[in-house]
Amino acid sequence: MASENPNREETFTFAPIAEQLEDWGGARESEELLTLNFGPHHPATHGVLRLVVTLQGEVVVSVKPLIGYVHTGIEKTAEQKSYWKAIPVVERMDYLSYFFNAMAFCGAVEKLLELEVPKRAQYLRVIHLELNRLMSHLVWLGTSALDLGAISIFWYCFRERESILDLFEFSTGQRMHTRYIQVGGVIEDIPRGFDKKLRKFLKEMPSRADQYAELLSANEIVLRRLRGTCPLDANRLLELGVTGPLLRAAGVPWDLRKAMPYSSYDDFDFKIPVGTVGDNYDRYAVRHAELYESVKIIEQALEGLPEGPHITTDRKVALPPRHELATSMEALIHHFKLVTEGFRVPEGEAYFAIESPRGELGCFVRSDGSSKPARVHMRDPSFVNLQALSDMVKGSYIADMIAAVAMLDPVLGGIDR
Amino acid sequence: MDGAALLLLAKELRSNPAIGEEGVIAAEFRHNEPLLEVRPQLIRAVLADLRERGFRFLASVHGVDYYPEEPRLGVHYQLIDMVRRERVGVKVRLPVANPTLPSVTLQWPTANHQEREVYDMFGVVFEGHPDLRRILMPEEYEGHPQRRDFPVGGEPVIFTFNDTPELGTPE
Repeated sequence: MASENPNREETFTFAPIAEQLEDWGGARESEELLTLNFGPHHPATHGVLRLVVTLQGEVVVSVKPLIGYVHTGIEKTAEQKSYWKAIPVVERMDYLSYFFNAMAFCGAVEKLLELEVPKRAQYLRVIHLELNRLMSHLVWLGTSALDLGAISIFWYCFRERESILDLFEFSTGQRMHTRYIQVGGVIEDIPRGFDKKLRKFLKEMPSRADQYAELLSANEIVLRRLRGTCPLDANRLLELGVTGPLLRAAGVPWDLRKAMPYSSYDDFDFKIPVGTVGDNYDRYAVRHAELYESVKIIEQALEGLPEGPHITTDRKVALPPRHELATSMEALIHHFKLVTEGFRVPEGEAYFAIESPRGELGCFVRSDGSSKPARVHMRDPSFVNLQALSDMVKGSYIADMIAAVAMLDPVLGGIDR
Repeated sequence: MDGAALLLLAKELRSNPAIGEEGVIAAEFRHNEPLLEVRPQLIRAVLADLRERGFRFLASVHGVDYYPEEPRLGVHYQLIDMVRRERVGVKVRLPVANPTLPSVTLQWPTANHQEREVYDMFGVVFEGHPDLRRILMPEEYEGHPQRRDFPVGGEPVIFTFNDTPELGTPE
Protein backbone atom coordinates (compact mmCIF):
# COMPACT_ATOMS: atom_id res chain seq x y z
CA MET A 1 0.00 0.00 0.00
CA ALA A 2 1.02 3.54 -0.61
CA SER A 3 1.10 4.61 3.01
CA GLU A 4 4.01 2.24 3.69
CA ASN A 5 6.34 4.38 1.66
CA PRO A 6 7.75 7.02 4.03
CA ASN A 7 9.13 9.29 1.30
CA ARG A 8 5.79 9.99 -0.24
CA GLU A 9 3.78 10.45 2.93
CA GLU A 10 4.19 14.19 3.27
CA THR A 11 2.86 14.87 -0.18
CA PHE A 12 -0.30 12.80 0.27
CA THR A 13 -3.52 14.65 -0.22
CA PHE A 14 -5.80 12.42 1.77
CA ALA A 15 -9.39 13.46 1.89
CA PRO A 16 -10.33 15.27 5.10
CA ILE A 17 -11.61 12.99 7.81
CA ALA A 18 -14.87 13.69 9.58
CA GLU A 19 -13.25 15.32 12.67
CA GLN A 20 -11.40 17.80 10.54
CA LEU A 21 -14.61 18.73 8.78
CA GLU A 22 -16.16 19.27 12.21
CA ASP A 23 -13.44 21.79 13.01
CA TRP A 24 -14.21 23.67 9.87
CA GLY A 25 -17.87 23.73 10.80
CA GLY A 26 -18.78 22.01 7.59
CA ALA A 27 -19.64 18.55 8.87
CA ARG A 28 -23.40 18.81 8.84
CA GLU A 29 -23.67 19.95 5.26
CA SER A 30 -21.17 17.42 4.00
CA GLU A 31 -22.88 14.45 5.62
CA GLU A 32 -25.48 14.83 2.95
CA LEU A 33 -24.79 12.72 -0.09
CA LEU A 34 -24.94 14.28 -3.51
CA THR A 35 -25.31 12.20 -6.62
CA LEU A 36 -23.66 13.80 -9.56
CA ASN A 37 -23.96 12.72 -13.15
CA PHE A 38 -20.68 13.12 -14.93
CA GLY A 39 -20.71 12.74 -18.70
CA PRO A 40 -21.39 11.03 -21.08
CA HIS A 41 -20.27 14.15 -22.90
CA HIS A 42 -17.59 15.80 -20.89
CA PRO A 43 -14.13 16.92 -21.94
CA ALA A 44 -12.50 14.98 -19.12
CA THR A 45 -14.12 11.61 -19.81
CA HIS A 46 -11.97 10.82 -22.85
CA GLY A 47 -14.95 9.87 -24.95
CA VAL A 48 -18.52 9.11 -24.04
CA LEU A 49 -18.01 7.72 -20.58
CA ARG A 50 -20.75 8.36 -18.06
CA LEU A 51 -19.94 8.22 -14.38
CA VAL A 52 -22.54 8.43 -11.65
CA VAL A 53 -20.62 9.82 -8.71
CA THR A 54 -21.87 9.94 -5.13
CA LEU A 55 -20.23 12.76 -3.26
CA GLN A 56 -20.00 13.75 0.35
CA GLY A 57 -18.93 17.34 0.10
CA GLU A 58 -16.06 17.13 -2.33
CA VAL A 59 -15.16 13.56 -1.41
CA VAL A 60 -16.10 10.67 -3.66
CA VAL A 61 -18.09 8.01 -1.82
CA SER A 62 -18.74 5.80 -4.79
CA VAL A 63 -18.54 5.93 -8.55
CA LYS A 64 -20.41 3.81 -11.03
CA PRO A 65 -19.36 3.81 -14.67
CA LEU A 66 -22.22 3.51 -17.16
CA ILE A 67 -21.04 2.50 -20.59
CA GLY A 68 -22.43 1.44 -23.93
CA TYR A 69 -22.89 4.86 -25.52
CA VAL A 70 -20.64 4.04 -28.46
CA HIS A 71 -21.52 0.37 -28.70
CA THR A 72 -21.62 -0.32 -32.42
CA GLY A 73 -21.77 -4.10 -32.44
CA ILE A 74 -18.38 -4.56 -34.08
CA GLU A 75 -18.09 -8.13 -32.82
CA LYS A 76 -21.40 -8.93 -34.49
CA THR A 77 -20.43 -7.14 -37.68
CA ALA A 78 -17.16 -9.08 -37.85
CA GLU A 79 -19.18 -12.31 -37.97
CA GLN A 80 -20.78 -11.17 -41.23
CA LYS A 81 -17.45 -10.56 -42.97
CA SER A 82 -14.90 -12.96 -44.36
CA TYR A 83 -11.73 -13.09 -42.31
CA TRP A 84 -9.74 -10.62 -44.32
CA LYS A 85 -12.64 -8.20 -44.50
CA ALA A 86 -13.10 -8.33 -40.73
CA ILE A 87 -9.68 -6.74 -40.15
CA PRO A 88 -10.77 -3.14 -40.88
CA VAL A 89 -13.83 -3.63 -38.68
CA VAL A 90 -11.97 -4.82 -35.61
CA GLU A 91 -9.35 -2.10 -36.13
CA ARG A 92 -11.99 0.47 -35.31
CA MET A 93 -12.66 -0.83 -31.80
CA ASP A 94 -9.92 0.86 -29.84
CA TYR A 95 -9.34 3.76 -32.18
CA LEU A 96 -6.00 4.72 -30.68
CA SER A 97 -4.40 1.32 -31.11
CA TYR A 98 -5.58 0.10 -34.47
CA PHE A 99 -2.39 -1.83 -35.24
CA PHE A 100 -2.86 -3.74 -32.01
CA ASN A 101 -6.46 -4.66 -32.78
CA ALA A 102 -5.47 -5.93 -36.19
CA MET A 103 -2.50 -7.78 -34.72
CA ALA A 104 -4.62 -9.52 -32.07
CA PHE A 105 -7.20 -10.58 -34.62
CA CYS A 106 -4.68 -11.71 -37.24
CA GLY A 107 -2.68 -13.51 -34.57
CA ALA A 108 -5.73 -15.50 -33.50
CA VAL A 109 -6.57 -16.39 -37.10
CA GLU A 110 -2.95 -17.36 -37.80
CA LYS A 111 -3.11 -19.61 -34.76
CA LEU A 112 -6.18 -21.34 -36.18
CA LEU A 113 -4.56 -21.65 -39.60
CA GLU A 114 -1.26 -22.75 -38.01
CA LEU A 115 0.41 -20.29 -40.30
CA GLU A 116 4.04 -19.27 -40.09
CA VAL A 117 4.63 -15.52 -40.41
CA PRO A 118 7.89 -14.56 -42.18
CA LYS A 119 10.52 -12.98 -39.98
CA ARG A 120 10.56 -9.74 -41.95
CA ALA A 121 6.82 -9.39 -41.52
CA GLN A 122 7.17 -9.93 -37.78
CA TYR A 123 9.76 -7.15 -37.59
CA LEU A 124 7.65 -4.82 -39.71
CA ARG A 125 4.74 -5.53 -37.40
CA VAL A 126 6.85 -4.72 -34.37
CA ILE A 127 7.98 -1.41 -35.91
CA HIS A 128 4.41 -0.36 -36.54
CA LEU A 129 3.07 -1.69 -33.25
CA GLU A 130 5.64 0.26 -31.30
CA LEU A 131 5.05 3.40 -33.34
CA ASN A 132 1.39 2.94 -32.53
CA ARG A 133 2.21 2.54 -28.85
CA LEU A 134 4.16 5.81 -28.97
CA MET A 135 1.25 7.49 -30.73
CA SER A 136 -1.28 6.19 -28.23
CA HIS A 137 0.85 7.25 -25.27
CA LEU A 138 1.32 10.70 -26.81
CA VAL A 139 -2.42 11.17 -27.15
CA TRP A 140 -2.83 9.99 -23.59
CA LEU A 141 -0.13 12.31 -22.28
CA GLY A 142 -1.47 15.32 -24.13
CA THR A 143 -5.09 14.84 -23.14
CA SER A 144 -4.24 13.89 -19.56
CA ALA A 145 -2.15 17.00 -19.11
CA LEU A 146 -5.09 18.92 -20.54
CA ASP A 147 -7.29 17.45 -17.82
CA LEU A 148 -4.81 18.69 -15.24
CA GLY A 149 -4.96 22.16 -16.72
CA ALA A 150 -1.80 22.22 -18.86
CA ILE A 151 -2.51 23.07 -22.45
CA SER A 152 0.88 23.55 -24.08
CA ILE A 153 2.01 19.96 -23.53
CA PHE A 154 -0.99 18.91 -25.58
CA TRP A 155 0.39 20.72 -28.63
CA TYR A 156 3.86 19.28 -28.16
CA CYS A 157 2.50 15.74 -27.91
CA PHE A 158 0.31 16.17 -30.94
CA ARG A 159 3.27 17.54 -32.90
CA GLU A 160 5.12 14.24 -32.40
CA ARG A 161 1.93 12.28 -32.97
CA GLU A 162 1.65 14.05 -36.29
CA SER A 163 5.13 12.83 -37.31
CA ILE A 164 4.07 9.28 -36.45
CA LEU A 165 0.88 9.62 -38.45
CA ASP A 166 2.96 10.89 -41.37
CA LEU A 167 5.11 7.78 -41.07
CA PHE A 168 1.97 5.63 -41.07
CA GLU A 169 0.74 7.42 -44.13
CA PHE A 170 4.07 6.88 -45.82
CA SER A 171 4.23 3.14 -45.22
CA THR A 172 0.55 2.18 -45.24
CA GLY A 173 -1.28 4.92 -47.13
CA GLN A 174 -3.48 5.82 -44.19
CA ARG A 175 -3.05 7.87 -41.07
CA MET A 176 -5.54 5.92 -38.99
CA HIS A 177 -7.14 2.50 -39.37
CA THR A 178 -4.41 1.48 -41.72
CA ARG A 179 -5.31 -2.17 -42.39
CA TYR A 180 -1.58 -2.76 -42.66
CA ILE A 181 -1.37 -6.00 -40.72
CA GLN A 182 -2.79 -8.91 -42.68
CA VAL A 183 -3.32 -12.56 -41.90
CA GLY A 184 0.12 -14.00 -42.65
CA GLY A 185 2.14 -10.79 -42.61
CA VAL A 186 1.73 -7.19 -43.67
CA ILE A 187 0.17 -5.81 -46.82
CA GLU A 188 3.26 -4.11 -48.25
CA ASP A 189 6.93 -3.80 -47.60
CA ILE A 190 8.05 -0.41 -46.29
CA PRO A 191 8.63 2.06 -49.12
CA ARG A 192 12.02 3.41 -50.12
CA GLY A 193 13.01 6.30 -47.89
CA PHE A 194 10.86 5.15 -45.00
CA ASP A 195 13.80 4.00 -42.93
CA LYS A 196 15.50 7.36 -43.32
CA LYS A 197 12.40 9.23 -42.22
CA LEU A 198 11.86 6.81 -39.36
CA ARG A 199 15.49 7.16 -38.19
CA LYS A 200 15.12 10.92 -38.16
CA PHE A 201 12.02 10.58 -35.99
CA LEU A 202 13.68 8.06 -33.66
CA LYS A 203 16.61 10.38 -33.18
CA GLU A 204 14.28 13.21 -32.29
CA MET A 205 11.79 11.38 -30.09
CA PRO A 206 13.87 10.74 -26.92
CA SER A 207 14.77 14.42 -26.68
CA ARG A 208 11.12 15.32 -27.11
CA ALA A 209 10.24 12.90 -24.32
CA ASP A 210 12.91 14.61 -22.22
CA GLN A 211 11.14 17.89 -22.87
CA TYR A 212 7.83 16.50 -21.66
CA ALA A 213 9.56 15.33 -18.51
CA GLU A 214 11.10 18.78 -18.04
CA LEU A 215 7.68 20.30 -18.28
CA LEU A 216 5.80 17.80 -16.15
CA SER A 217 7.84 15.46 -13.96
CA ALA A 218 8.91 18.02 -11.38
CA ASN A 219 6.13 20.49 -12.01
CA GLU A 220 4.63 21.64 -8.73
CA ILE A 221 1.06 21.45 -9.96
CA VAL A 222 1.51 18.05 -11.56
CA LEU A 223 3.13 16.70 -8.39
CA ARG A 224 0.31 17.97 -6.23
CA ARG A 225 -2.31 16.58 -8.54
CA LEU A 226 -0.69 13.19 -9.10
CA ARG A 227 1.58 12.21 -6.25
CA GLY A 228 -0.14 10.03 -3.69
CA THR A 229 -3.54 10.42 -5.27
CA CYS A 230 -5.78 7.44 -5.93
CA PRO A 231 -3.27 4.68 -5.22
CA LEU A 232 -4.29 1.04 -5.54
CA ASP A 233 -2.12 -1.85 -4.47
CA ALA A 234 -0.99 -4.64 -6.74
CA ASN A 235 -3.11 -7.38 -5.13
CA ARG A 236 -6.33 -5.51 -5.66
CA LEU A 237 -5.34 -4.63 -9.23
CA LEU A 238 -4.65 -8.28 -9.99
CA GLU A 239 -8.00 -9.28 -8.49
CA LEU A 240 -9.68 -6.75 -10.73
CA GLY A 241 -7.87 -8.12 -13.76
CA VAL A 242 -6.02 -4.90 -14.45
CA THR A 243 -3.07 -5.20 -16.82
CA GLY A 244 -0.72 -2.87 -18.64
CA PRO A 245 0.88 0.32 -17.32
CA LEU A 246 -1.65 0.53 -14.47
CA LEU A 247 -0.48 -2.80 -13.07
CA ARG A 248 3.18 -2.04 -13.74
CA ALA A 249 2.79 1.26 -11.89
CA ALA A 250 2.00 -0.77 -8.77
CA GLY A 251 5.28 -2.65 -9.13
CA VAL A 252 4.26 -5.80 -10.99
CA PRO A 253 6.60 -6.28 -13.96
CA TRP A 254 4.00 -8.05 -16.09
CA ASP A 255 4.31 -7.34 -19.78
CA LEU A 256 3.23 -9.88 -22.38
CA ARG A 257 6.02 -8.74 -24.70
CA LYS A 258 8.46 -10.23 -22.18
CA ALA A 259 6.34 -12.80 -20.38
CA MET A 260 4.86 -14.54 -23.41
CA PRO A 261 6.70 -13.10 -26.41
CA TYR A 262 4.95 -12.96 -29.78
CA SER A 263 6.00 -11.55 -33.13
CA SER A 264 9.75 -11.85 -32.30
CA TYR A 265 9.65 -9.54 -29.28
CA ASP A 266 12.19 -11.84 -27.64
CA ASP A 267 14.78 -10.66 -30.20
CA PHE A 268 14.84 -7.17 -28.78
CA ASP A 269 16.51 -5.75 -25.75
CA PHE A 270 14.22 -3.48 -23.78
CA LYS A 271 13.18 -2.85 -20.22
CA ILE A 272 9.82 -2.87 -18.50
CA PRO A 273 9.39 0.31 -16.48
CA VAL A 274 7.66 -0.29 -13.15
CA GLY A 275 6.43 2.02 -10.44
CA THR A 276 6.52 1.57 -6.70
CA VAL A 277 3.32 2.70 -4.98
CA GLY A 278 0.80 2.63 -7.82
CA ASP A 279 -0.46 6.19 -7.46
CA ASN A 280 -1.33 8.52 -10.31
CA TYR A 281 2.22 9.77 -10.53
CA ASP A 282 3.58 6.26 -11.04
CA ARG A 283 1.01 5.69 -13.77
CA TYR A 284 2.27 8.81 -15.47
CA ALA A 285 5.92 7.92 -14.96
CA VAL A 286 5.58 4.35 -16.24
CA ARG A 287 3.93 5.42 -19.48
CA HIS A 288 6.41 8.19 -19.94
CA ALA A 289 9.30 5.76 -19.50
CA GLU A 290 7.71 3.41 -22.02
CA LEU A 291 8.16 6.09 -24.69
CA TYR A 292 11.94 5.55 -24.53
CA GLU A 293 11.62 1.76 -24.53
CA SER A 294 9.42 1.80 -27.63
CA VAL A 295 11.98 3.94 -29.42
CA LYS A 296 14.68 1.42 -28.47
CA ILE A 297 12.63 -1.47 -29.83
CA ILE A 298 11.95 0.27 -33.14
CA GLU A 299 15.65 1.13 -33.54
CA GLN A 300 16.63 -2.50 -33.04
CA ALA A 301 13.90 -3.78 -35.33
CA LEU A 302 14.96 -1.38 -38.04
CA GLU A 303 18.65 -2.25 -37.67
CA GLY A 304 18.04 -5.97 -37.67
CA LEU A 305 15.27 -6.00 -40.28
CA PRO A 306 15.76 -9.36 -42.02
CA GLU A 307 15.46 -9.85 -45.75
CA GLY A 308 12.66 -11.96 -47.10
CA PRO A 309 8.99 -11.83 -47.95
CA HIS A 310 6.72 -9.40 -46.08
CA ILE A 311 3.78 -11.79 -46.17
CA THR A 312 3.38 -15.53 -46.16
CA THR A 313 3.92 -17.24 -49.51
CA ASP A 314 0.90 -19.44 -48.87
CA ARG A 315 -1.30 -18.38 -51.78
CA LYS A 316 -4.37 -19.86 -50.11
CA VAL A 317 -4.23 -17.08 -47.53
CA ALA A 318 -2.31 -14.14 -48.97
CA LEU A 319 -2.98 -12.37 -52.23
CA PRO A 320 -0.49 -13.13 -55.01
CA PRO A 321 1.79 -10.28 -56.08
CA ARG A 322 0.18 -8.02 -58.63
CA HIS A 323 2.65 -8.78 -61.45
CA GLU A 324 1.87 -12.50 -61.31
CA LEU A 325 -1.75 -11.92 -62.29
CA ALA A 326 -0.80 -11.07 -65.87
CA THR A 327 1.20 -14.22 -66.44
CA SER A 328 -0.06 -16.94 -64.12
CA MET A 329 -3.51 -18.51 -64.38
CA GLU A 330 -3.05 -20.07 -60.97
CA ALA A 331 -2.34 -16.70 -59.39
CA LEU A 332 -5.45 -15.30 -61.03
CA ILE A 333 -7.59 -18.10 -59.60
CA HIS A 334 -6.13 -17.62 -56.13
CA HIS A 335 -6.71 -13.90 -56.37
CA PHE A 336 -10.30 -14.42 -57.49
CA LYS A 337 -11.03 -16.94 -54.73
CA LEU A 338 -9.53 -14.76 -52.04
CA VAL A 339 -11.29 -11.60 -53.12
CA THR A 340 -14.70 -13.18 -53.63
CA GLU A 341 -15.03 -15.84 -50.99
CA GLY A 342 -11.99 -15.33 -48.79
CA PHE A 343 -10.00 -18.15 -47.28
CA ARG A 344 -11.48 -20.87 -45.15
CA VAL A 345 -10.21 -21.48 -41.67
CA PRO A 346 -10.29 -24.94 -40.08
CA GLU A 347 -12.73 -25.44 -37.24
CA GLY A 348 -11.53 -24.48 -33.81
CA GLU A 349 -11.17 -21.71 -31.30
CA ALA A 350 -8.16 -19.66 -30.37
CA TYR A 351 -7.34 -16.92 -27.90
CA PHE A 352 -4.41 -14.71 -28.80
CA ALA A 353 -3.25 -11.99 -26.43
CA ILE A 354 -0.83 -9.14 -26.99
CA GLU A 355 0.35 -6.20 -24.93
CA SER A 356 -1.55 -3.16 -26.14
CA PRO A 357 -0.75 0.33 -24.79
CA ARG A 358 -3.43 -0.29 -22.17
CA GLY A 359 -2.77 -3.90 -21.20
CA GLU A 360 -3.69 -7.36 -22.34
CA LEU A 361 -5.58 -7.17 -25.60
CA GLY A 362 -6.87 -10.65 -26.26
CA CYS A 363 -8.74 -11.76 -29.31
CA PHE A 364 -10.90 -14.86 -29.23
CA VAL A 365 -11.87 -16.28 -32.60
CA ARG A 366 -14.02 -19.31 -33.18
CA SER A 367 -14.16 -20.79 -36.63
CA ASP A 368 -16.84 -23.15 -37.88
CA GLY A 369 -14.85 -24.09 -40.97
CA SER A 370 -16.36 -21.46 -43.25
CA SER A 371 -14.76 -18.30 -44.60
CA LYS A 372 -16.39 -16.10 -41.96
CA PRO A 373 -15.56 -16.18 -38.26
CA ALA A 374 -18.30 -17.68 -36.07
CA ARG A 375 -17.29 -15.49 -33.15
CA VAL A 376 -14.86 -12.66 -32.67
CA HIS A 377 -14.37 -11.30 -29.19
CA MET A 378 -11.91 -8.70 -28.06
CA ARG A 379 -10.85 -8.76 -24.45
CA ASP A 380 -10.26 -5.06 -24.37
CA PRO A 381 -7.99 -3.79 -21.58
CA SER A 382 -9.93 -0.52 -21.22
CA PHE A 383 -13.13 -2.45 -20.54
CA VAL A 384 -11.58 -4.53 -17.79
CA ASN A 385 -9.41 -1.76 -16.32
CA LEU A 386 -12.42 0.53 -15.93
CA GLN A 387 -13.63 -1.69 -13.08
CA ALA A 388 -10.71 -0.51 -10.99
CA LEU A 389 -11.78 3.14 -11.14
CA SER A 390 -14.24 2.81 -8.28
CA ASP A 391 -11.58 1.33 -5.96
CA MET A 392 -9.05 3.95 -6.99
CA VAL A 393 -11.12 7.02 -6.31
CA LYS A 394 -13.11 5.99 -3.25
CA GLY A 395 -12.36 8.52 -0.52
CA SER A 396 -10.48 11.01 -2.64
CA TYR A 397 -11.46 14.43 -3.90
CA ILE A 398 -13.51 14.77 -7.05
CA ALA A 399 -10.65 16.72 -8.64
CA ASP A 400 -8.41 13.70 -8.08
CA MET A 401 -11.00 11.54 -9.78
CA ILE A 402 -10.47 13.57 -12.94
CA ALA A 403 -6.76 12.83 -12.69
CA ALA A 404 -7.48 9.15 -12.01
CA VAL A 405 -9.70 8.86 -15.10
CA ALA A 406 -6.96 10.51 -17.14
CA MET A 407 -4.30 8.16 -15.80
CA LEU A 408 -6.57 5.17 -16.38
CA ASP A 409 -6.33 5.98 -20.11
CA PRO A 410 -9.69 4.56 -21.13
CA VAL A 411 -10.58 4.47 -24.81
CA LEU A 412 -14.32 4.27 -25.09
CA GLY A 413 -14.27 2.79 -28.56
CA GLY A 414 -12.51 -0.19 -27.03
CA ILE A 415 -14.74 -0.35 -23.97
CA ASP A 416 -18.02 -0.33 -25.87
CA ARG A 417 -16.85 -1.98 -29.10
CA MET B 1 2.26 -26.13 -20.79
CA ASP B 2 2.10 -28.95 -23.34
CA GLY B 3 -0.46 -31.63 -24.11
CA ALA B 4 0.90 -34.07 -21.53
CA ALA B 5 0.88 -31.44 -18.79
CA LEU B 6 -2.72 -30.61 -19.64
CA LEU B 7 -3.77 -34.27 -19.34
CA LEU B 8 -2.01 -34.43 -15.99
CA LEU B 9 -3.78 -31.26 -14.88
CA ALA B 10 -7.13 -32.73 -15.94
CA LYS B 11 -6.35 -35.90 -14.00
CA GLU B 12 -5.49 -33.93 -10.89
CA LEU B 13 -8.66 -31.88 -11.19
CA ARG B 14 -10.69 -35.07 -11.49
CA SER B 15 -9.13 -36.40 -8.30
CA ASN B 16 -10.42 -33.35 -6.40
CA PRO B 17 -13.56 -34.57 -4.56
CA ALA B 18 -15.30 -31.24 -5.16
CA ILE B 19 -14.99 -31.78 -8.92
CA GLY B 20 -15.00 -35.53 -9.34
CA GLU B 21 -14.38 -37.88 -12.24
CA GLU B 22 -17.32 -36.49 -14.22
CA GLY B 23 -16.49 -32.86 -13.56
CA VAL B 24 -13.91 -32.46 -16.31
CA ILE B 25 -15.54 -33.36 -19.60
CA ALA B 26 -12.64 -32.89 -21.97
CA ALA B 27 -9.08 -31.63 -22.12
CA GLU B 28 -7.85 -30.64 -25.52
CA PHE B 29 -4.57 -29.15 -26.58
CA ARG B 30 -4.87 -27.46 -29.96
CA HIS B 31 -3.01 -24.57 -31.53
CA ASN B 32 -0.60 -24.65 -28.62
CA GLU B 33 -3.45 -23.71 -26.32
CA PRO B 34 -4.67 -25.82 -23.38
CA LEU B 35 -8.44 -25.87 -22.98
CA LEU B 36 -10.48 -27.73 -20.39
CA GLU B 37 -14.18 -28.33 -20.69
CA VAL B 38 -15.95 -28.71 -17.37
CA ARG B 39 -19.48 -29.11 -16.02
CA PRO B 40 -21.17 -25.70 -15.69
CA GLN B 41 -22.27 -26.17 -12.09
CA LEU B 42 -18.70 -26.94 -11.02
CA ILE B 43 -17.09 -23.84 -12.49
CA ARG B 44 -16.42 -22.25 -9.10
CA ALA B 45 -14.75 -25.41 -7.78
CA VAL B 46 -12.63 -25.77 -10.92
CA LEU B 47 -11.46 -22.17 -10.90
CA ALA B 48 -10.75 -22.37 -7.15
CA ASP B 49 -8.68 -25.50 -7.71
CA LEU B 50 -6.77 -23.89 -10.57
CA ARG B 51 -6.12 -20.85 -8.42
CA GLU B 52 -4.49 -23.12 -5.84
CA ARG B 53 -2.26 -24.45 -8.60
CA GLY B 54 -1.00 -20.98 -9.44
CA PHE B 55 -3.49 -19.73 -12.01
CA ARG B 56 -4.30 -16.67 -9.96
CA PHE B 57 -5.13 -14.21 -12.69
CA LEU B 58 -8.41 -14.34 -14.57
CA ALA B 59 -7.65 -12.63 -17.84
CA SER B 60 -10.89 -12.97 -19.73
CA VAL B 61 -14.45 -14.23 -19.55
CA HIS B 62 -16.29 -14.38 -22.83
CA GLY B 63 -19.29 -16.03 -24.38
CA VAL B 64 -19.68 -18.08 -27.54
CA ASP B 65 -22.67 -19.38 -29.43
CA TYR B 66 -22.09 -22.82 -30.95
CA TYR B 67 -25.25 -22.67 -33.06
CA PRO B 68 -26.46 -25.09 -34.38
CA GLU B 69 -24.60 -27.51 -32.09
CA GLU B 70 -26.06 -28.44 -28.73
CA PRO B 71 -25.54 -27.42 -25.95
CA ARG B 72 -25.52 -24.18 -27.79
CA LEU B 73 -23.99 -21.53 -25.58
CA GLY B 74 -20.51 -21.50 -24.15
CA VAL B 75 -18.60 -19.41 -21.65
CA HIS B 76 -14.81 -19.32 -21.72
CA TYR B 77 -12.47 -18.39 -18.87
CA GLN B 78 -8.85 -17.57 -19.56
CA LEU B 79 -6.50 -17.98 -16.61
CA ILE B 80 -2.85 -17.00 -16.29
CA ASP B 81 -0.16 -18.31 -14.01
CA MET B 82 2.06 -15.26 -13.78
CA VAL B 83 4.96 -17.09 -12.15
CA ARG B 84 5.30 -19.97 -14.63
CA ARG B 85 3.98 -17.72 -17.43
CA GLU B 86 1.34 -20.19 -18.54
CA ARG B 87 -2.21 -19.90 -19.70
CA VAL B 88 -5.08 -22.29 -19.43
CA GLY B 89 -8.57 -21.93 -20.82
CA VAL B 90 -11.68 -23.33 -19.16
CA LYS B 91 -14.95 -23.59 -21.00
CA VAL B 92 -18.47 -24.61 -20.11
CA ARG B 93 -21.34 -25.42 -22.45
CA LEU B 94 -24.92 -24.45 -21.61
CA PRO B 95 -28.27 -25.32 -23.18
CA VAL B 96 -29.99 -22.31 -24.71
CA ALA B 97 -33.29 -23.20 -23.03
CA ASN B 98 -31.96 -22.68 -19.52
CA PRO B 99 -28.56 -20.98 -19.63
CA THR B 100 -27.69 -20.58 -15.96
CA LEU B 101 -24.22 -20.68 -14.52
CA PRO B 102 -22.83 -19.89 -11.06
CA SER B 103 -21.20 -16.47 -11.04
CA VAL B 104 -17.54 -16.23 -10.06
CA THR B 105 -17.63 -12.48 -9.43
CA LEU B 106 -17.28 -12.76 -5.66
CA GLN B 107 -14.17 -14.91 -5.99
CA TRP B 108 -12.79 -13.07 -9.05
CA PRO B 109 -13.91 -9.41 -9.01
CA THR B 110 -12.67 -8.94 -12.57
CA ALA B 111 -15.49 -11.16 -13.81
CA ASN B 112 -18.07 -8.53 -12.84
CA HIS B 113 -18.27 -6.51 -16.05
CA GLN B 114 -17.36 -9.45 -18.25
CA GLU B 115 -20.15 -11.64 -16.90
CA ARG B 116 -22.53 -8.75 -17.41
CA GLU B 117 -21.40 -8.54 -21.00
CA VAL B 118 -21.96 -12.26 -21.54
CA TYR B 119 -25.41 -11.90 -19.99
CA ASP B 120 -26.14 -8.91 -22.19
CA MET B 121 -24.95 -10.48 -25.41
CA PHE B 122 -25.89 -14.15 -24.93
CA GLY B 123 -28.48 -14.22 -22.16
CA VAL B 124 -26.45 -16.43 -19.86
CA VAL B 125 -27.77 -15.91 -16.33
CA PHE B 126 -25.00 -15.85 -13.74
CA GLU B 127 -26.45 -16.96 -10.41
CA GLY B 128 -25.07 -15.01 -7.50
CA HIS B 129 -23.83 -12.06 -9.53
CA PRO B 130 -24.25 -8.93 -7.37
CA ASP B 131 -25.52 -6.68 -10.13
CA LEU B 132 -26.56 -8.60 -13.22
CA ARG B 133 -27.79 -5.95 -15.64
CA ARG B 134 -27.19 -5.19 -19.27
CA ILE B 135 -23.93 -3.37 -19.75
CA LEU B 136 -23.53 -2.36 -23.39
CA MET B 137 -27.08 -2.50 -24.76
CA PRO B 138 -29.84 -0.20 -23.46
CA GLU B 139 -31.67 -1.46 -20.36
CA GLU B 140 -34.97 -2.03 -22.17
CA TYR B 141 -33.43 -3.82 -25.14
CA GLU B 142 -35.04 -7.12 -26.09
CA GLY B 143 -33.01 -10.14 -27.08
CA HIS B 144 -29.36 -11.02 -26.89
CA PRO B 145 -27.65 -9.70 -30.00
CA GLN B 146 -24.53 -11.86 -30.13
CA ARG B 147 -26.54 -15.05 -30.47
CA ARG B 148 -26.10 -16.51 -33.92
CA ASP B 149 -29.84 -16.60 -34.61
CA PHE B 150 -30.28 -12.93 -33.77
CA PRO B 151 -30.99 -11.17 -37.07
CA VAL B 152 -28.61 -8.59 -38.47
CA GLY B 153 -30.20 -5.37 -39.62
CA GLY B 154 -33.87 -4.52 -39.60
CA GLU B 155 -33.60 -3.01 -36.18
CA PRO B 156 -36.04 -0.20 -35.41
CA VAL B 157 -34.40 3.20 -35.22
CA ILE B 158 -34.62 4.64 -31.75
CA PHE B 159 -34.90 8.33 -30.87
CA THR B 160 -37.36 8.98 -33.71
CA PHE B 161 -39.72 10.93 -31.46
CA ASN B 162 -38.08 14.24 -32.32
CA ASP B 163 -38.35 13.77 -36.08
CA THR B 164 -39.77 16.90 -37.63
CA PRO B 165 -41.98 15.95 -40.57
CA GLU B 166 -42.04 19.48 -42.00
CA LEU B 167 -38.35 19.23 -42.90
CA GLY B 168 -39.01 17.67 -46.26
CA THR B 169 -39.91 14.14 -45.12
CA PRO B 170 -43.04 12.88 -46.89
CA GLU B 171 -46.02 12.23 -44.63
